[in-house]
Amino acid sequence: MTVRLTVNGVRHEGRCEPRKLLVDFLREDLGLTGTHVGCEHGICGACTILVNGEAARSCIMFAVQADGAALTTVEGLMRDGKLHPLQEAFREHHGLQCGFCTPGMLLTALDFLRTNPAPTEAEIREGVSAVLCRCTGYHGIIKAVEAAAAQLRTP
Amino acid sequence: MKPPKFDYHAPASVDEALALLGRYGGDAKLLAGGQSLVPLLNFRLSRPAALVDLNRIASLAYVREHDGQVRLGAMTRQRTIEFDPLVARKLPLLREATRWVGHLPIRTRGTIGGSIAHADPSAEYPAVLTALEGQVVARGPKGERVVTAGDLFRTYLTTSLEPDEILVEVRLPAMPPGAGWALEEFARRHGDFAIIGIAAVIVREGSRCTKARLATAGAGPVPLRLRAAEEILERDGLGDAAIEAAARRASELVSPDADIHASAEYRRHLTGVLTKRAIKRALGVARG
Amino acid sequence: MSEKSWIGKPVRRVEDARLLTGRGTYIDDHPPVANVFHAAIVRSPHAHARILGYDCSAARAVDGVAGVITGADVLKHTKPFSVGVTAPVHYYCAATDKARFVGEPVAVVVARNRYIAEDAADLVQVRYEPLPAVVDPERALEPGAPVLHEAVGSNLANNRRLVYGDPDRAFADADVVLRERFKFPKYGSTPIETYGVIARWDALEGVCTVWSNFMGPFIMHPLTARVLGLPENRLRFIVPPDIGGSFGIKSSIYPYMALIAVAAKLTGVAVKWIEDRREHLLASSTGTDRVAYRELAARKDGTILGMRFRWLDNVGGYIRSPEPGCSFRPTGNFVGPYRFQHLEVDASTVMTNKSLTGPNRGYACGHLYFETEGMLDRLADEIGMDPAEVRRRNLVGPAAMPYRTPSGGLYDSGDYPTAFEKALEMAGYDELRREQARARAAGRYFGIGLAVAVDPSVSNMGYVATALDPQFRAKPEYLPKSGAVDSATVKVDPLGRVIAILGSTPQGQGHQTVVSQIVADELGLIPEDVTVVDEMDTFTRVWSISSGTYSSRFGSVGTSAVALAARKLKTKLVEYAAHLMEMPVAALEFSDGAVRAKAGKAPSYTIKDLAGRAHWNTESLPPGMEPGLQATAVFGFSVAKAVDAEDRVNSSNTYGFIAEVMAVEVDPETAAIRILRYVSVHDAGTIINPMIAEGQIYGGALHGLGGALYEEVQYDADGQCLTGTFMDYLVPTASEAPTIEIGHVVSPSPLTPLGSKGLGESSSMTVPAVIANAVSDALKPLGIRITELPMTPSKLWKLIEQASRSHAVPTARHPRPALP
Repeated sequence: MTVRLTVNGVRHEGRCEPRKLLVDFLREDLGLTGTHVGCEHGICGACTILVNGEAARSCIMFAVQADGAALTTVEGLMRDGKLHPLQEAFREHHGLQCGFCTPGMLLTALDFLRTNPAPTEAEIREGVSAVLCRCTGYHGIIKAVEAAAAQLRTP
Repeated sequence: MKPPKFDYHAPASVDEALALLGRYGGDAKLLAGGQSLVPLLNFRLSRPAALVDLNRIASLAYVREHDGQVRLGAMTRQRTIEFDPLVARKLPLLREATRWVGHLPIRTRGTIGGSIAHADPSAEYPAVLTALEGQVVARGPKGERVVTAGDLFRTYLTTSLEPDEILVEVRLPAMPPGAGWALEEFARRHGDFAIIGIAAVIVREGSRCTKARLATAGAGPVPLRLRAAEEILERDGLGDAAIEAAARRASELVSPDADIHASAEYRRHLTGVLTKRAIKRALGVARG
Repeated sequence: MSEKSWIGKPVRRVEDARLLTGRGTYIDDHPPVANVFHAAIVRSPHAHARILGYDCSAARAVDGVAGVITGADVLKHTKPFSVGVTAPVHYYCAATDKARFVGEPVAVVVARNRYIAEDAADLVQVRYEPLPAVVDPERALEPGAPVLHEAVGSNLANNRRLVYGDPDRAFADADVVLRERFKFPKYGSTPIETYGVIARWDALEGVCTVWSNFMGPFIMHPLTARVLGLPENRLRFIVPPDIGGSFGIKSSIYPYMALIAVAAKLTGVAVKWIEDRREHLLASSTGTDRVAYRELAARKDGTILGMRFRWLDNVGGYIRSPEPGCSFRPTGNFVGPYRFQHLEVDASTVMTNKSLTGPNRGYACGHLYFETEGMLDRLADEIGMDPAEVRRRNLVGPAAMPYRTPSGGLYDSGDYPTAFEKALEMAGYDELRREQARARAAGRYFGIGLAVAVDPSVSNMGYVATALDPQFRAKPEYLPKSGAVDSATVKVDPLGRVIAILGSTPQGQGHQTVVSQIVADELGLIPEDVTVVDEMDTFTRVWSISSGTYSSRFGSVGTSAVALAARKLKTKLVEYAAHLMEMPVAALEFSDGAVRAKAGKAPSYTIKDLAGRAHWNTESLPPGMEPGLQATAVFGFSVAKAVDAEDRVNSSNTYGFIAEVMAVEVDPETAAIRILRYVSVHDAGTIINPMIAEGQIYGGALHGLGGALYEEVQYDADGQCLTGTFMDYLVPTASEAPTIEIGHVVSPSPLTPLGSKGLGESSSMTVPAVIANAVSDALKPLGIRITELPMTPSKLWKLIEQASRSHAVPTARHPRPALP
């Protein structure tokens, strides 16, 4: 089947079987390997991207379902050659070690902050509990999201 | 963990979807949010001949008030429900329960109809449907029928819906003004399916309880109304002794199973503990 | 260290820019060759079954399938991996005669893509004769238990009884003798990136290249070369720049490297295999589950006289290298931070129908300290002494450093009492005890746990031979083993910029950042001036039998090699400058990236000046100086010696220290455990980058917490795995992660040029102990003592329920409060 979609503002068209997982389409057909595969059953969250602005797990969506959708992946977070404030905060607060969960973590946090721009620490923990990280003990991640929230609130 | 081959259809209307179901004669699966079905496909535990994707049927996503009910289209996303003002006003229990459903990126895709039709007895929405004495509307080749919560759930992951029917709408009676509510849930990790969850609605007049509704998640093969426990409150009021008695009764009413996360005895015990906590918290927000 | 020192600063990581923007290169992103085919592995559904035959015809007929290989091919084309014990266990990279655990590979399908490969794998027919299974290590040793390996004759893979000092005498002299049985669960750190292997077999050249997210090569490269029948210089291991976490688990990828290599050889195409999560949970690697019988002998005053350990470590269907490290990796630090001299260890390694084991963060030490620290609290209870005081009375003191343990360990430095007191002070221990008294009076279950541990880093590979009988080791044909070596190269390019090349395989530890700090300090530069390349390639890197990123090596041995390489280069730069300046070396110094005269007026030469001249004009070099500006250093520890005839071995090379305090409250109704305070104090010598160091502590602690509360690979009695998904195998999320208060004490190692030690495993080894002790303390009024992990609410509630029912007799010191 033909899939036409926009990823990070760029239009793409590809052909694939209906059973092709969206994450595999992104990685294999579009060469966007920033989105990672961690469990293929919707638990670890490493493959989380934005589908029409909302965080979703691309390992439990089919590419054909994204026909006509606008997606954002980790490759599309930078603006004008600069890291997004959330990326910057992850760097500043050691919110990543191996970096494998990081793309999913960033996009989940982004959607979380969109609907909760001034979260408490407990809310941040709940928000990012959608993504499993085995390196950081989540400490740096929570600090980074806290800092990014403050940064993004500043006009 | 790649899914087996299947035919894929994304109809634009319910009628078209019904026709497809008919064509595959029971070998097709409906794809709603996909948050339970796609993992099953990836594990190859489910091998349908076809998927009928409901996500392109725009008319199945709505929240509206009608005749004292809040009616939700089956494809209404959990994330929509979480932020919907009508739900917040009329169905605060549903709103609270939604925050317990999985995690944020699950709720952006997951739908109320999909969750209920999947009939996982540990899930929150079946418990809420049961506690609120809701109904679902099923449409099939012979037209529409309304199924009450009590008639819907048969056993684990099994409903009384026919293979050629589609759950199109969920109807929940608006909670009475002043009603107290709570969803108490215990899971080993945040965001997991409940080991035990208790949904409670309490309507009070002073210390009298005019209406109590209690339903379980995780306490057996289907969500269970704890009618005998409700009756204790409706009869004996909302004092500590009555609450204790209702909680005790609740734990006697359930026949939970054991799994790797919890023994049956522990689940039975938790049913009592969480019933008590749910009633007390519901009482705290009840007016009247 | 000068004020300009970069060592000790929380320098932001150079790795982060690529990882935050989706430009990392992990194995699944790595297309090293064109036209790669994909493998799906057919796995045994049986815990124990004889393989009677295969029918691959339907699978081979699927469009897009390049080939199918089975155990029969593996038997024909490979040798078994050598194992670390003398028992005749034949461990091939796939099942050949029998399947011995659910998930064991039995065949491999190679196809155009993974979807087709899985379709075809569904069609591979394997005929099995199911056999009775056994999963419990004690049951496996009973007469009549199903035997996994007929050639071994029983399920006992190995047994060693090690005696240090005179334990019988210590127990005879004791005022107090305590006994306890402990059970430690089977869990693994489940990195979010699973295993991945790409193999190409170039038949004409006879060269096999294997790309993988392996954290070696260490001993596995020569072992795999033998398995594949290749000379070592025809087997090339390459590791891509980024690995998505490992925590020891990726050391056990090596059987798959062999399996995919054989698949490439026999199908004639390059083959890629990315493990999926189900495969990972069924069949990658975990630590062992262990049944431990502990005995402790002490005086009434709290002085420990001796201990006895009896261990049954369950390594699953086959013992594979580096097991039985599960027992012997901590040989040198068996006694932990305590002074007692008499010890007996009876270590059995048992094979059952569970998945296989290997290093997992804190390798063997989580088990060790869970038991030892549990015994310390028992002793405190028994003699009516505060558990902090019992520990004080037994800690090795700073004056004893370097300290030789009875089992051969050489603790290089440390001030254990100071670090322990710091932890108590940070936690406000005395106030916590008062708070506990108030809580208990109110009927609440409030507990305080303590744990102290020696944190070993850089395994001396000689420890593995402790598994062998001394008489075996005494044979003339036996080759003793020892060592812990790492290498680094630092070079200056013609325009004066510096590149450091490592052979490490970091999995998130920020080696590039740390090395840039070290080289910047040594050469008077800023970290941005230094480019660090850390990709492993066995054909191009200088490496040795112990090379790899495991056992907290890098902070100790890896950084040492870097510092020495930079110093070597600096020496050359100074010698060269001396020649140019016509001055003696002694009159010069190296500072701020330039060679200068110590006194008087003379032109200085920056690295850039020297690099330009040295590269462009070799005539300017002094007579006899080797051209080029690069230096390679290979650092090894002289304290890494082979195990001696009395089974003493310095099993690691540098030893840090951990002291922790945790306060918890247990909800008596739900049995949920809430962590109220958690203080963790570490001494890992010189800290190079505190941000990265603390990151290791936070991460390590959560791994320990996972094993203590959530994670367990579970089986039913027939050997079916019950935890094949992330919905059953519970990894802690941000909502479960505790807040940690971290403190540091610095006792530089005298053995490393920078004074640093490793701390990668850190609190993973203490959290099981400290939280078990805290929960035991909380439930002391009910007479409950935790001896088994994980403490799930369901299991804990059962203990509470039983204790409440039986009206458990409270200890005299802690009267039982009324239940709420």
